[in-house]
Amino acid sequence: MTAVAHDVPHGLEHATSTGLDSRKLAIWTFIGSECMFFASLISNYLVHKGRSLVGPFPHEPWTSPSGEHFKPILEIPLVTLGTALLLFSSLFVVLALSGAQRGSRKALVGWLAATIACGIFFVGMQVYEFTHFVREGLKLSTNLFGASFYTLTGFHGTHVTIGVIWLITLWILALRGKIPPSKSLNLEMAALYWHFVDVVWIIIFPVVYLIK
Amino acid sequence: MDAHASTADHTDHSHPTAGVYAKVGLILFVLTALEVGLYEITYGEHAGAFSVDIRPFFVPMLLLLSAAKFALVAMFYMHLKQDSKLFTGVFVFPLTIAAVIIFGLMILMAYHMSYARSG
Amino acid sequence: MATRVLDQQRVHAPAAHGEKTGVLSWLTTVDHKRIGILYGATAFFFFLMGGVEALLLRIQLGAPNNTFLSAERYNELFTMHGTTMIFLAIMPLSAMFFNYMIPLLIGARDVAFPRLNAFSYWVFLLGGLFLNVSWLFGAAPDQGWFGYANLTSKQFSPGPNVDFWMLGLQILGIASLAAAVNFFVTVINLRAPGMNLMRMPMFVWMSFITQVLLLLAFPVITVALILLMFDRFFGTHFFVPSGGGDPILWQHLFWIFGHPEVYILILPAFGIISEVLPVFSRKPLFGYAAMVFSGVFIAFLGFGVWSHHMFSTGMGPIADTFFALTTMLIAVPTGVKIFNWIGTMWGGSLQFRTPMYFAVGFIAMFIIGGLSGVMHASPPADLQQTDTYFVVAHFHYVLFGGSIFGLTAGAYYWWPKMFGRMLDERLGKLHFWLMLIGFNLTFFPMHFVGLNGMPRRVYTYPEGLGFETLNQIETAGSFVLGLAFVVFLYNIFQSWRKPANAPADPWNGATLEWSIPSPPQEFNFPEIPVVHGRDAHWEAKRGRTTPLPEPARVSGAGIHLPNPSYWPLITAIGLTAVFTALMVLGHTGSHVWAVVAAVLLLFFGVFRWAFEPAG
Repeated sequence: MTAVAHDVPHGLEHATSTGLDSRKLAIWTFIGSECMFFASLISNYLVHKGRSLVGPFPHEPWTSPSGEHFKPILEIPLVTLGTALLLFSSLFVVLALSGAQRGSRKALVGWLAATIACGIFFVGMQVYEFTHFVREGLKLSTNLFGASFYTLTGFHGTHVTIGVIWLITLWILALRGKIPPSKSLNLEMAALYWHFVDVVWIIIFPVVYLIK
Repeated sequence: MDAHASTADHTDHSHPTAGVYAKVGLILFVLTALEVGLYEITYGEHAGAFSVDIRPFFVPMLLLLSAAKFALVAMFYMHLKQDSKLFTGVFVFPLTIAAVIIFGLMILMAYHMSYARSG
Repeated sequence: MATRVLDQQRVHAPAAHGEKTGVLSWLTTVDHKRIGILYGATAFFFFLMGGVEALLLRIQLGAPNNTFLSAERYNELFTMHGTTMIFLAIMPLSAMFFNYMIPLLIGARDVAFPRLNAFSYWVFLLGGLFLNVSWLFGAAPDQGWFGYANLTSKQFSPGPNVDFWMLGLQILGIASLAAAVNFFVTVINLRAPGMNLMRMPMFVWMSFITQVLLLLAFPVITVALILLMFDRFFGTHFFVPSGGGDPILWQHLFWIFGHPEVYILILPAFGIISEVLPVFSRKPLFGYAAMVFSGVFIAFLGFGVWSHHMFSTGMGPIADTFFALTTMLIAVPTGVKIFNWIGTMWGGSLQFRTPMYFAVGFIAMFIIGGLSGVMHASPPADLQQTDTYFVVAHFHYVLFGGSIFGLTAGAYYWWPKMFGRMLDERLGKLHFWLMLIGFNLTFFPMHFVGLNGMPRRVYTYPEGLGFETLNQIETAGSFVLGLAFVVFLYNIFQSWRKPANAPADPWNGATLEWSIPSPPQEFNFPEIPVVHGRDAHWEAKRGRTTPLPEPARVSGAGIHLPNPSYWPLITAIGLTAVFTALMVLGHTGSHVWAVVAAVLLLFFGVFRWAFEPAG
């Protein structure tokens, strides 16, 4: 037990009790905490599911007392595209990370750009979806579906947006050659956050869009 | 647990190759397609293609598919498969509590809505 | 024996640093000890404020049909008393000990993220001010610390009172979460060589479990408060029945947070007691492993009992049974702890110094609170007790008799280490006896008035119900309790006028903090200690016939420490600005630009922070 105290591993500036980097542990801890955040939002969505007093509804058509017709409001093909983009962005960011660890700046910069593009498309998809819904007559305060839908997907979207800002910052650093393999952890943390945002969407997509 | 800085960072070097990542990406894409396909044959334009009613199986199948996607991303892209088990613990423990909370809340609120609130 | 090895990777850095002073050095400090003192001072100030609020409440209740306070003012005072004591006093007083003591107890030079630590403190301070600024607007929160829907709805609380509470709590939650990530990582990663998990001092263990609870419980209240904000500001109906929503959902979300929260309040005190009792019994903690696992078990079960706060909502027999059983189950690990504390003292060479008084007082008072807790674990009994003073008696026995007694024990125990000054023993014991007597006079009669049907949260009561005498006793008791803290303040004051000459190890301590000078130097340990067993400092002293020599103050040249930074403070201001702007937006429906500006300030702080070399 005493002997190992002298072994300072290569490439680690600060030896830790577990040998794991504190920042990586911190981002995992944060992600663990975020599980409860999204669990609460998803619970809120599920508890209110099917309890809206008025339409428009997600999966069923609705005719208002004044005789106005509303289609089911969800646009599954559009969201499927967004889902696929977010999934691919997870692949891209892991390839960017692998590039950063190998010291391949080309791979790093290229794949990171692809990740960011997917992220921006996803956010754009959501902005389009939200404005489209509002035009169709579903506002935040219209009914419980609107309220819980916008809250859940909106906070997810906020997370994606923060992730995009984080990744763009890293991309600019990468362009200037400031993410050498020794600093790839900076990207790894962002990547872990990004994957987490992705797995949250993996749950939101069926729960909100597919389950009637 | 307490190997002071001895087993430091060789986990970082055993990350899967780009090929593995791409394969996982492909599987994720296929699973997503299956999810949407499942929706289509259950509720979409192609509903009723089967002689039996598949609606009771829809939600469990869908949850199974998304759980598989979740696990793939966590294991391969988030590297939990190779990384320290501590990270897995820090993620899975809250996840378990979260699942219990979602489940418990749904049951309690369903009871409340259908019995207590209606008198 | 604790041999020391040179901390090799740190000696190269050519940093030289004297002890810095001045206001600026406090605004930019990232030293866990200074942040700990800031936490302590701020929290103690809020504690006194909450205490004065309580005294005003007691004056009002001292006589039937009293008009000392209006009903409205009474509502504000009990709401702010509860909110202040929980979020601005007990939690940050525990945080003071996390900050100051965890790095010392595990043999580290600082926490894992010193700037994040400073950020947590500034956010806590600003959140506390945000809540209390409401007094100046004449709109203090008045819906109870639990904020039950639909008391919080726009319909029944149109003023900004609830908004101060809802946004203030949100700010405080962010402070707690940031600190929790920090201490979680610190305990896992910054332990001195040889200090494996089962050699950690019990305070570190209990604090560690507290961080896990914070990490898992606070996101739930964050979401609940967000939903409430949407209901109040943006017209949603999550908790509004007329729109299909349901107030019961708030109760569930609140207590999913709220029950782990009560363990967040008590576990640090458990930890302190588990440090104090062995030292003053001259005997290692009895049943160390059982203590650890019972703590873990309490925390785990803490997530499966929340609905016992809601028996009176009518959850049906199955849910009632389930939550009653899990709640009663928690009495088992708690009982294990109590027996282990008694086992620690049993056969020991008891030294009745002031910290020991408070520790023993803690055990006795906490047992009473625990027993009344088991009583309302039973739904039928609970239905009789809900919303009466019986519940008020119960939770003051666990929060005051438990947490505050424990924290006070810690204050007396670690005061010499933190300030290099001994507190006076006679005044300390006077403080203890006044506190014990005042506390029991105030809260013990509440069991009886409660069971006799006196409802809580009601600003007065009519004559002739038999509540008068007991309420008078309670009011008198509360002033004795107040006097106890005047004695404490005087004790602090008189110690300040004496020279700072406390020895490094005044109590024959068992843990690493007693191996370094009092107060510790900025870098804590000149050399990182190597630990060979539990009670590391006792190990070092074992077999010696003479006491260890007083540790010398050394220059510390060459020890690398993080640089001070403005950015945690700026970022905290940015964060608070966001919530202030939300308040403006919610009440005017315009000024979106203010939110945008505040978010930009927040991002500015975050970016400067991220790109500042940590040093």
